[in-house]
Amino acid sequence: MSTLLDVDDLRVTFPTRTGLIEAVRGVSFSLGRERLGIVGESGSGKSQTGRAIMGLTPPQAEVTARKLAFDGIDLLAASPRDRRALRGKRIAMILQDPKYSLDPVMSIGRQIVETLRTHEKVGKAEARDRALAMLEAVQIRDPARVFDLHPHEVSGGMGQRAMIAMMLIAGPEMMIADEPTSALDVTVQLDVLNILDKLVSERGMGLIFISHDLRLVCSFCDRVIVMYAGKVVEQIKASELRDAQHPYTRGLLNCMPRIGFERHPLPVLDRKPEWAA
Amino acid sequence: MNAALSIDGLEVVFDRFRALKGVSLEVKSGESFGLVGESGSGKSTLLRAIAGLAPAVSGTIAVNGKRLGTRRDKAFYREVQMVFQDPYGSLHPRQTVDRLLQEPLAIHGFADSEKRIQRALDEVGLGTGFRFRYSHQLSGGQRQRVAIARALILEPSILLLDEPTSALDASVQAEVLNLLEEIRRRRKLTFLMVSHDLAIITHMCERLMVMQDGEAVENLTAAQLVGHRVTKDYTRNLLRASDGFVRTA
Amino acid sequence: MSVEAIQSRRDWLLSERPASRMQARLGRAYVAWRRFSANRLAFLGLLIIIALLVVAALADVLAPYSPTFGDLKGSRLLAPSAAHWFGTDDLGRDILSRVIFGSRWTLYVVILVAIIAAPIGLLVGTVAGYAGGWIDAILMRITDIFLAFPKLILALAFVAALGPGIENAVLAIAITSWPPYARIARAETLTVRNSDYIKAVQLMGASPFRIVLRHIMPLCISSLIIRVTLDMAGIILTAAGLGFLGLGAQPPLPEWGAMIASGRRFVLDQWWVAGAPGFAILIVSLGFNLLGDGLRDALDPRSGDQ
Repeated sequence: MSTLLDVDDLRVTFPTRTGLIEAVRGVSFSLGRERLGIVGESGSGKSQTGRAIMGLTPPQAEVTARKLAFDGIDLLAASPRDRRALRGKRIAMILQDPKYSLDPVMSIGRQIVETLRTHEKVGKAEARDRALAMLEAVQIRDPARVFDLHPHEVSGGMGQRAMIAMMLIAGPEMMIADEPTSALDVTVQLDVLNILDKLVSERGMGLIFISHDLRLVCSFCDRVIVMYAGKVVEQIKASELRDAQHPYTRGLLNCMPRIGFERHPLPVLDRKPEWAA
Repeated sequence: MNAALSIDGLEVVFDRFRALKGVSLEVKSGESFGLVGESGSGKSTLLRAIAGLAPAVSGTIAVNGKRLGTRRDKAFYREVQMVFQDPYGSLHPRQTVDRLLQEPLAIHGFADSEKRIQRALDEVGLGTGFRFRYSHQLSGGQRQRVAIARALILEPSILLLDEPTSALDASVQAEVLNLLEEIRRRRKLTFLMVSHDLAIITHMCERLMVMQDGEAVENLTAAQLVGHRVTKDYTRNLLRASDGFVRTA
Repeated sequence: MSVEAIQSRRDWLLSERPASRMQARLGRAYVAWRRFSANRLAFLGLLIIIALLVVAALADVLAPYSPTFGDLKGSRLLAPSAAHWFGTDDLGRDILSRVIFGSRWTLYVVILVAIIAAPIGLLVGTVAGYAGGWIDAILMRITDIFLAFPKLILALAFVAALGPGIENAVLAIAITSWPPYARIARAETLTVRNSDYIKAVQLMGASPFRIVLRHIMPLCISSLIIRVTLDMAGIILTAAGLGFLGLGAQPPLPEWGAMIASGRRFVLDQWWVAGAPGFAILIVSLGFNLLGDGLRDALDPRSGDQ
């Protein structure tokens, strides 16, 4: 399996008035054309890891790594212009709430067309055709109608599909999805995941799926990275999650209520200081 | 056993949008009852209508056999309290925990507030070290504990829980759910709990109602749900979705 | 005090687990103070205002001459010199002494206007915002009527009706300056009134009066303080304008605006007569503006609570 992304000792540091805060403290992993999950609770640094790879870290923060390479390109050495060109064209990102990531005053179709035309030289008519085809690929039933709608006129699930369409239109090789379905209802959630799954496997993309929901991630991904306090505490195949070694991973799996398993009280996580060390 | 809460044909309209279309419900005293549904199902609206925060246009609500009018009196708030979903939004940003807990006691004219505040903080597992903190000095789980303490300090018999753990991390969620269960057992409270998560509702409640588009889909016991003995397709879909993602080859 | 003692006191103030109501309050004030004092310009503004207060309090000691009696024979319209730093005016009075005593009147106007106008605005705004419906409509239409006139013109009309004099000028300025405060307080109230923490207080059974007074007003106060401080310069200028037009302070009161008015006649040849009080107004206005900007950064609830 060829390596798409290589991360070695990634660190993200934020300056605050009381000193430096390390949000990500030495994360290393590599990604091929597979589905990789990054799981952790709030403050674990999972989102900052995704943002650092995308180059979306806030300017006051510092990103360092022994190696941060996408398809052989050193991302930290690349100029802002080169990174912008990579972003959208070869690496795409989906955020939690489509309401905040779609432009509210531009129709959905135009946003998709614009995205395509910034990355590829295509004529207007062809761009429109491809955008419509993309909307169809994310299982929007009436693409021509949705093409002309504005983001506030569609439901959350529809908005997230439009977002996926926009992100995939330029044919990226890698996608980072940061809690892509957390704002959606459970039934819609599965539809969106189905679409994502199909597109990823059909196009042979690498996917990083960032989520707080350990169970959802292991049902969707091939491999899972568990993060705690800015560090990777465990890397494991999703199918072998039941045999997880680290007490944090096991605690996370255990503490959620499950239908058909009566446990009163629920087992709680006993956080050990050495996990963060 | 008599009904702690009985609701009949409740209808709520916001600007011509019918958020609740005639919902009826009965919760027995000491029971824990769950409301499940997706966004827009009206489950939170039902809770808010009971609390007097959403306008009911028709139907009746009775608490402990006493029918409520459009205005809630002080006695009602001694009986019914609520815990909100977002722990970051439900605590006043400029007040210390002490002040937050003092307020209900001052409104209802309790004299022994010192003792009650300490007891309430102990009960939710915070202790006095947290008493003079502002809400921004607390984590999400700690805030939700403060919100629970505030709801309990007037010693209500019915607690309305609006997705009390959906904004919390899984490990913190377990702690808060355990706390709620323990408090319910100790104080013999009646719970009416809203959640989108079937697993949480089956864990916490004996009976539940599935809602969709402002209407009741079906009433079930937790055991029926666990045994997949459901009659409606919608409920079946929800059950399937809560199992996680299944790859269709 | 030793270094360790200072350190431990700071730790006590910044403690994450305050042990008493007092400590929590002081700690919060200390954090705001640290944020404020880190801003040098704001600190300069504060120094100017403190200097103004000191000068006003010690005017009797600081002023070298009487502000109201001059030597008509020997010292009319003298240029600035060692004996009269800011020169003298047409009645032979020492301008420095008049500027020093004038600071009292400036403070008098500014403080009285703030004390009258800010609470009116706060009350009208929060009540309108929280009550909504027809109460809101009536209160805000009244506010709109006041806002529809230019401030100075409206103040002029009030003074003309009430009669000239510094007390009436204060009243007129106060009456014309509350509407913006009401607007701010209402906007702030609208953003918090549907929040869960206000709902939670409603669920405690609190009366609307109690909610507005104890839960909504404290949230509006910091943005109001900022706005009032920024308006201070405008208030001084309006008072000076009224004084200039002869409708504010009456001679021989050493009010800065009135001083400029009387110095206007010689402004081309004896520039210092109007220049000195003008400069005083400029400095004090600047001081209030800098202070207001600093307070905005230190108190603004939107800039995070830490």
